[in-house]
This record gives sequence, C-alpha cells and structure tokens, in this order.
Amino acid sequence: MSARVLVGVKRVIDYAVKIRVKPDNTGVVTDGVKHSMNPFCEIAVEEAVKLKEKKLIKEVVAVSCGPQQAQETIRTALAMGADRGIHVEVSGKDYDNLGPLQVSKILAALAKKEETSLIILGKQAIDDDCNQTGQMTAALLDWPQGTFASEVVLEGDKVKVIREIDGGLETVRLKMPAVITADLRLNTPRYATLPNIMKAKKKKIDVVKPGELGVDLTSHLEVLRVDEPPQRQAGMKVETVEELISRLKEAGRM
Amino acid sequence: MNGIVTTHRPHVRQSETLVCGQRAKGLYCWEILLLWSWLFVRFRCGTLCLLQGDVLEQVLPAFCAVAGEDGVSLGTAVREQHGRDESVHSCRPPDVVVWPRSVEEVSALAKICHRHRLPIVPFGTGTGLEGGVGAVKGGVCFSLRKMDRVLDLHQEDFDVTVEPGVTRKALNSYLRDTGLWFPVDPGADASLCGMAATSASGTNAVRYGTMRENVLNLEVVLADGTVLHTAGEGRRPSGLDRDLLSGGSGVRVPLGVLYGIPELMVSTVCSFPSVQAAVDSTVQVLQAGIPIARIEFLDDVMMDACNRFSGLSYAVSPTLFLEFHGSEKSLEEQVTITEDITRGNGGSDFSWAQDAETRGQLWKARHDAWYAALALRPGCKAYATDVCVPISLLPHIIVETKKDLTENRLTGPIAGHVGDGNFHCLMVLDPDDPDEVQRVHQFTERLARRALSLNGTCTGEHGVGLGKRALLQEEVGPLAIDVMRRLKATLDPENLMNPGKIL
Repeated sequence: MSARVLVGVKRVIDYAVKIRVKPDNTGVVTDGVKHSMNPFCEIAVEEAVKLKEKKLIKEVVAVSCGPQQAQETIRTALAMGADRGIHVEVSGKDYDNLGPLQVSKILAALAKKEETSLIILGKQAIDDDCNQTGQMTAALLDWPQGTFASEVVLEGDKVKVIREIDGGLETVRLKMPAVITADLRLNTPRYATLPNIMKAKKKKIDVVKPGELGVDLTSHLEVLRVDEPPQRQAGMKVETVEELISRLKEAGRM
Repeated sequence: MNGIVTTHRPHVRQSETLVCGQRAKGLYCWEILLLWSWLFVRFRCGTLCLLQGDVLEQVLPAFCAVAGEDGVSLGTAVREQHGRDESVHSCRPPDVVVWPRSVEEVSALAKICHRHRLPIVPFGTGTGLEGGVGAVKGGVCFSLRKMDRVLDLHQEDFDVTVEPGVTRKALNSYLRDTGLWFPVDPGADASLCGMAATSASGTNAVRYGTMRENVLNLEVVLADGTVLHTAGEGRRPSGLDRDLLSGGSGVRVPLGVLYGIPELMVSTVCSFPSVQAAVDSTVQVLQAGIPIARIEFLDDVMMDACNRFSGLSYAVSPTLFLEFHGSEKSLEEQVTITEDITRGNGGSDFSWAQDAETRGQLWKARHDAWYAALALRPGCKAYATDVCVPISLLPHIIVETKKDLTENRLTGPIAGHVGDGNFHCLMVLDPDDPDEVQRVHQFTERLARRALSLNGTCTGEHGVGLGKRALLQEEVGPLAIDVMRRLKATLDPENLMNPGKIL
C-alpha cells in the first residue's frame, strides 16, 4: 500500500464576505473580493495531516483546480502540513464552467497517476453547495465512498467511517482505496503558523494541464442567470381577523 | 518570533499617577478620555431629556441624506436593542439609531448632531458589562455595525487597520491564512472600537498586553465632526512610542498590532488546596520568567458550578487554568518548570491537552463560567465585578471577599486573570428582589473599596460605568477628576459625547 492521500482543496470566496451579484446577472462579483480555502476542505486537509502525524500514511498531496491563484490555496494546505501540491491549471471560460463532474474526472485521473490509497475531500463547497465531487469521483474510480464523515479510523487496509446522516450516525467500513468527504465535526482545522507558512514556500507544487491527464472539461450545464434572493418586504399589522382574511384574499393567498 | 512583545502588566497602572499630556502609560487621563463615549452614570436627579419632536423632524431628513433611508431607524425594538448591553442595567434607548457606513458619514452625522445639540452614543456590539451604551439623555445612537471591513493589512509589519465595527473574531478569521492573530481576548466577540474604548484586557493580557499596548493609531471623530488621527494620518509607528490623546466620538478606525500565531499551544489545569497556593504558584511562574499566555483562576464555588453545568468532574477547589504558547522545545521547558512550581505549592497533577479539540474541552469550564454561574440560580441575572490589585495581595482580597459573600448570603463564584491581579465575582442575583439587589450593590462597593485600600483599582478592565463614579473619585482623587473634567470640557464643550458620564 502506497499510503498516499490526495486532498482536494478549493479556492472559494471567503465565508465572511457579503456576496454581491454582478449587475449583468451572470454571476457573483469575485474581483477584489477576499478568497480563501473552502472550510470543508480545511477540515479534509487537517484530517489527512493528522493521519500523517499518527504515522498511518506516508504522504499528503494537496490538489487544486483553477487559475494561478489556486496556488495560494495549495500553499495554505502545505502550511497546514501537506507534503506537496498539484495545481491543475484551468482558467478563463473553462474555469467558469468548472463543476463537480470536471473536477471529479481530474481527481480520478490524478488518483490513478499518483497511486493513491485515500482521497479526502470536503463534503461540499460553500460557493456552489453541490456536494457531488466526492461521490462522482468514487463512481468514476469505482471506489467505495464514506461521505459526511465525522470520524475516520484506519484499520489496516480498511477504513472505518462514521457518517452523519439524518437519522443520526452510520458506521461503514470501506476497503481502500476509498473516497471520504469531510463533514463539519470531523475535526478542528489548525491555523497556519508563520514558521509553517515559511516552510511551505519551499515545498513543491507541480503544475499540470487537464489535457495531460486526458480529461475533457466540457460542461453539460449552462448558467442562465444569477439573481439575489428577493428583498424582504416590510410586514404589516392588521387589527382584526376580518382584515387579515380580506388582505389575504386581496393578495390572492386565499 | 512575535511582533511587539511587551512586559507591561496592566495592574501596574494603579501606582501611576495622573500626569496629563504624557504618553499612553500616564494612564487614567488617556483611558478616561477614551472611555467617555462608552460610559454612563445613573442620572441622579432622575429626569431624562429626550429629543423634542420638532428637533427630530428637522434632523431625520438630514440623517437619511447621509446614511441612506435604511440607515436610520426610529423603530422601538431597534432603539431598545441599542439601549442595552450585557450588564444588569436597565435599557435606556436612544431616540434614533443611525448606521453610518464610513468615517465621512460619521463625521457628517456628528456635525448634524453638534449643530442641534444632540447627544451622541456609539454602539459596537452591545457586549459591554457596565451599561456604557445606555442613552441616559436620549439622543442619537451611532451603530457601527455596517463599518465592518478590514482595511489594510501589513503582514511584514505585523499591523492592520480596521473599521470600528469589526469584531475580534471576525478579524482573527480574516487573518487565519496569514499566520497572524490579534490576541486581546476579553471573552465576548466585542467590536474593536468597543475594546479600544474600554481598553479591553482579557485572558491573554498577561503575555500579549491589553488594547492599550496593542493600538498604534486611531482615527477618531470628535464631538463636532472633525476627524483626528491620534498618531498622525497614515502613521504606522512601530514600537510603543505613540501619542494618543484621543477623546471624542466612539468611532475609531484602530490600527492594531498583530502577533504570530503560536506554533503550538498547550493547556493545563491544576487544582490547589487553597487560594494562597494557587496565587503563590502564579507569582512564582511569572517570576520564573515563563511567558505564560493565559493564567486563569477559578474558585471552588465556580468549579462546582462548572462541573454541574458542563457535566465535568474537576476537583472542587481553587483551580488554575494555564495555557502555554511556543515551539515544541520551549513548551516542554515551560511546562516542566511550571509543573515543579505548582507541585511545590501542593498543586495536583496537571491535566493537559495539546490539540485544538481537547484544549477546547479543557477550557470549556472557564469559557462557560458566566453561564455556569447563571445556572446556579435559574431565572436570575448576573453582574461581574471587576477589581484589580497587586498580585501579592490577591489571596488576601479573595479570602476577605469570600468571607463577605458568605456573611451576606450572596452567590458570587470567582474567576480571574490572576496574571494581572484581576478577578471577577460573578454575582448572581434576582433583579426583582430589592433586598438582594441592595446587598449586591453594597457588596460591590465594599469590594471596590477593599481593592482601593490595597492600592488596587476599582475597575480592572470593564470600565467605570454605572455606579463606579464615586469610587473613581476615591481612587484617583478630586484633583484628577477635575483635570479630566477640564480636558473633557475642552474637547467636548457641549457635553454631547455619551453624556451623563463620570464627570
């Protein structure tokens, strides 16, 4: 077993930023807006680094798909303890159309190329909330998946995953290689400290093009329009039940 | 490793006398000036002056023109929300709430208020503990919630400029990828301007200092709308040589000092057979030169409350919660020396934790102290006293205070930042029981006077606020109060800045 873990990290608009829709309704404003690593990806990186610290795996490789700035996100993963990074260069129109299907194809190709035993991803990204990449990657590779993980325990060539599901907790045992997606309570990600940030600058980031991996990036989806949620209207007070009924009728609600 | 490290300990200030015009360390002058906009004192004669209807009619359109239609509110619920904080003091709503979005808007709004002689009360997050945001004389509340951007980060210089409404958690979240953090931690998720106004301290002060040491420059809007940079516009002086004379509106754009996030953190808990043993250990740890990051004391009543509230099983006796920051080697050294010291004082074995989750659990007892205290008597409210004495006298005052509590049948678990000689009694009281309210009030006065008699201060970090006016007079003397009054009159002749305060 090569004991290499691939961790996907996505560069998204920082969770604290107030999102604004572009005036032409084609998307949200990203220029000059603070970006950072998707919070669930941070949890994924933390889990991988913890496994390495416990000496259960040998190497943590952080992967990100996107334009040049994606390397910043990889650097953060390196500062948290990942060993090296892979930047899959995608920009322009291809980047605008980059979605879970394309990313999962890329991750599947990389997993085969890098002889990976475990892929750990965040359960979803906070910009698109898709919650699909992990599942699609597992399907493409025909690997088992443990999604919404709140606990991960390596047991030889198997991995036990406790999953958060609607009814409570479900425990599954997967034969590696496998895909795991991290949920909120899996761990508390560490902060990148200054000494580690400096060390991270020396770690290697390989740049790869999707074509080299044999991945076709065409999207089957087209975004037609992006709108803000409707503005909350002021409420009104009514004096009597009769007035309430007549107002509801007027508004066509009865 | 760190940016600017100071060894200035907050408790030293009670031995410094008021010297006007000198640098920040000549303290009360500066501190009180900053505190003005956040304090209010119960208006003894009892009448409240609220805005006359026609004045309101005149200024509202002007306010809307500056802050926008949605930047002004007369709603009762909104005003009430802005008239109270986390203290027990009753709500004193302002007449109108405005939400400026920039320093220019603050200045414009202040000018309008100045022209019409309207009191101005700034509001950050409403997490204060001394009733500082109550609008005693009505007036206009400047809510700084919309000014929440981090403006200018200079990583290599370890400084950052923020808008006043940025909270400390929001700032640290913004900084999380940079390896830097702003360590002043007063407990609540307070706004940075509020922290600047009360010179907030908190659990980390023993190592990283309080707001006073960590604010380099302030852009302040004065009572008449003029904008002042206390250290000069654009200046980012390194070191502590700064010239802070601010004294105006609570709207500040603070420029703060950042520190490198510690490489590793270790938290430990140790219980002691007596208060004396716990405090002796604290003194010895500090004397050993250990750069301890947090050193918190909880008395036995508090430990019992925490055990019950959080389902823990700590020993019910005086306890120290300690946190060490540093590299692996330095932590080993720090922890070893500290363990020797505590054992020498009869301390129990350390329970300790390194990773974030376990540390969180260890500190849970301390963090939930407020709620644990409240849970001792459901339905009651809590008020935290806040005094500070030289560390050597801490055991004495704590023992006396506990005696006082028992004699007067009061519930007052104790928690404190012993590294600074500061401690809080979390008084749990039934606000509808006038006898208890009276007893608590008298107790807090006795406590404050006890602290003063030991050369301490009646306000460790919460500010002067309600009811501490007389105590402040006793503490600094009538001459100092008079000088402050004159300074205040110079900067705010119309007495518009959060009126009804100390002077």
